[in-house]
Amino acid sequence: MSVLDGKELRIVGFLCNWCSYGGADTAGVARATQPTDLRIIRVPCSGRVDPLFIIKALFNGADGVLVSGCHPRDCHYSSGNFYARRRLEVLKQFLPVLGIDDRRFAYTWVSASEGQRWQHVVTQFTKQIHDLGPAPRLEDAEPLLKVADMALTALRPLGTGQHAALDALKAAIRAKLPELECIIGWQQGRDAAHTVPLFMRTPEDVDKLVWGPFNVCNPAVYLPSFKGKKVGVVVKGCDSRSVVELLQENLIAREDVTVFSLPCEGTLDMARVDQELGRYTTIDNVAYDAAHVIITADGVAHSFCMADCAQGKCYGCATPSAVLADERLGTPVEVTPSDVTPPELALLDAMTLKERLSFWHGQMQRCLRCYACRNACPMCVCRDYCISDSRDPHWMTQEASAKEKLFFQTIHALHLAGRCTGCGECQRACPVGIPILALRQQIARAVAQLFDGYKPGLHPEDVPPLLGYEVVEQNIHERDWK
Amino acid sequence: MSTIRFVTPDGLSAFLDFLAQNGRRVLVPVEKPAVKRSVVFEPWSAGRPFTLEKATVPAKAAVLPQCETLLSYKKTKNADDPAAVTLTLDDAPEAVPTVVFACRPCDARGYAVLDRPFLQGPYVDPYYRARRELLTVITLSCARGCDTCFCHWTGGGPSSPEGSDILMTEIDDGYVLQSITPKGEELLAAAGLADGTERFPAAENARKKAWASLAPAPNLKMAPASIAACFTDMDFWQHWTERCLSCGACTFFCPTCYCFTITDEGEGMSPSGGRRLRSWDTCMSPLFTREASGHNPRMVKAQRMRNRVSHKYATFPENWGAFSCSGCGRCIGNCPVGLDIREIVLAAVQRGAESMHEKQEQ
Ligand code: SF4
Ligand code: SF4
Ligand code: SF4
Ligand code: SF4
Ligand code: SF4
Repeated sequence: MSVLDGKELRIVGFLCNWCSYGGADTAGVARATQPTDLRIIRVPCSGRVDPLFIIKALFNGADGVLVSGCHPRDCHYSSGNFYARRRLEVLKQFLPVLGIDDRRFAYTWVSASEGQRWQHVVTQFTKQIHDLGPAPRLEDAEPLLKVADMALTALRPLGTGQHAALDALKAAIRAKLPELECIIGWQQGRDAAHTVPLFMRTPEDVDKLVWGPFNVCNPAVYLPSFKGKKVGVVVKGCDSRSVVELLQENLIAREDVTVFSLPCEGTLDMARVDQELGRYTTIDNVAYDAAHVIITADGVAHSFCMADCAQGKCYGCATPSAVLADERLGTPVEVTPSDVTPPELALLDAMTLKERLSFWHGQMQRCLRCYACRNACPMCVCRDYCISDSRDPHWMTQEASAKEKLFFQTIHALHLAGRCTGCGECQRACPVGIPILALRQQIARAVAQLFDGYKPGLHPEDVPPLLGYEVVEQNIHERDWK
Repeated sequence: MSTIRFVTPDGLSAFLDFLAQNGRRVLVPVEKPAVKRSVVFEPWSAGRPFTLEKATVPAKAAVLPQCETLLSYKKTKNADDPAAVTLTLDDAPEAVPTVVFACRPCDARGYAVLDRPFLQGPYVDPYYRARRELLTVITLSCARGCDTCFCHWTGGGPSSPEGSDILMTEIDDGYVLQSITPKGEELLAAAGLADGTERFPAAENARKKAWASLAPAPNLKMAPASIAACFTDMDFWQHWTERCLSCGACTFFCPTCYCFTITDEGEGMSPSGGRRLRSWDTCMSPLFTREASGHNPRMVKAQRMRNRVSHKYATFPENWGAFSCSGCGRCIGNCPVGLDIREIVLAAVQRGAESMHEKQEQ
């Protein structure tokens, strides 16, 4: 019999073997009365608890999840719970963007002797879940489609970059060509209104290099595949942050990479450009003035103002000049950073939890699991060994449900926690325009709040926050179980 | 003589209502609002908004769903004899009568491509067949080509009837519908639409205009031989694949790609039983060919790209006499790095021509 009236709910508990499992045992031996909703899974250490365990439980029918480990400084493995604390706190702040009430998840510390505390924690947490009631399910939420407001103001005037020192850049690249395996940049794509990555190996290749608002791809994505070889890369400011993050994580070696940079004036949101152009057969001309790109397609001129049609990330961009460069051309541009909420995240911020669940249900339905988002991400370095494809461990099925698809997005977002520089390539790559960047942005915001404004990809010597811990965390506080 | 009918734009909803009769599922292009808008096929229900734009995602799922249950099974313990279990198994295809409405000729030709391996080879796929037999395809001919599509390179065109049961063409005051197959004819005859014979010349005119909007197509007759000749030239493939990210967008958005993987989920004793699933797979992924031993015959992306291009432009034509690409251009427009299959095919053809030339000179 449950001590709480009414139906039992499904609560999953991950308890560390050394402390909390013992604590639960102590409570049991003492015959302390406890609610029976909790299903306990014993794990070696709270540090073993992958935040995805919790998401997976919550997506698949759990109404609440409780993680409990040894008290800080008391971990059987010294530091497992220190790492856990950071991860689990980030997870807690991430849940609401998915439409999940963060009160459905708690983590705490209970030692083997604290039978009474265990009884108290379980009773309190179970009561909290009962107050919340059964968790709403993604698959039951009425699909909702809403569009982010892109009427944004940039931190500085955006432009077309047509006065950039492209010739000087080409000269610098030509001078370095003999030393490098290749230099990655951009060239014209299928027409003058699209660019694609360029791999420069000969002086003729360097002639093809272009610079301007069509340079949307992030060339840093290719760097890890050249590991061990000397390679150059031309970067916009945002791309340089990916290079730095790769360096922070030792995924590339500093001495192998030569970074060429020009200050960036913004790049176009090609989705909106393509939409405005509609179906055309030929681009007749692309012309520029300081603030506009004028594309003439099949005889019709379309004007795109950089202030209106830039990529979402460009409006809040505080690093238009590379944060790290070996060959810096042009005059660096200083921008005072400011906490702007990116448009995708602002859209979700304005929704209730229920609406968010509906939103993700509606959005993920059209995902084809093509994984363009994953593969376009410069920080997704597992590449051929992603757990989304693995049968053992068996994280995902091949089912085409919105739930499985959203689960993959949470895998990506959580694996990028404290690492995502916000380059937005995942979202840009998505052929069906799912605003998946919002999930990464929410984590980035949580990480910045928890770890003193930390932003990934600014300093090569920074340790990503989820790879470290403080014995006493400044911004993470022990939950009060009263 | 085919049956010709006419419908005004205002009459389309009533026509869709008719199509949805008798339990038919009607898949219509639906716009998904987002900063990057997309168009996908979804079941129609009365009053639901739809669009006639070319869809971002072709309606391939009508015959080959992203994921389908091939069979499900359940084991139940016998109450009297706990050692004995009763096994029940259901392998009936999940097929419902379906109409695809307003796909484009390249999508419809996709069905014609898929029919070959699934229906015309030594082994007929019962799941595909069940869906295909219940499928009626109503195609909207294209008013013009576009920068990424190239149907006329591959044997099709903006008004190609291949794979369609009914071909629909937009004219000034509405749409002319022309039956292509007996199935289409039967459906059109029952639809209660106005006769369109008088307007047919206008439709033919519109179709001619669409053809005229296309740039001349290169001759791809030598493509299979030329691509086959490039097979061992890894520098060639490496060069053209360099920017590929090895995702699956090009294949998953393709109306003619049909590779799949089979996985098992659940188990007989579990409350929901066991299921064998078939889901799309992509030759662009290294996992596609990784063997149990760990050995992978297509270790690098250039080998995988070689497979994709060769399959579409060399081996499939060798086996089936047609390209397994309808030129819809989705792989180009949806590739995050703008990889263009046309460039690769043309480069191979040119290389083939050059080597032919060299041989003749020797
Ligand atoms: S985010 Fe900054 S550096 Fe990157 S494209 Fe936009 S303006 Fe340029
Ligand atoms: S790119 Fe888009 S469609 Fe493809 S897997 Fe990612 S979210 Fe899904
Ligand atoms: S969509 Fe582009 S990047 Fe992705 S696998 Fe295909 S060619 Fe490569
Ligand atoms: S290969 Fe590309 S162009 Fe050809 S049918 Fe497939 S998606 Fe369309
Ligand atoms: S390839 Fe283009 S023009 Fe040809 S049928 Fe498809 S959409 Fe129409």
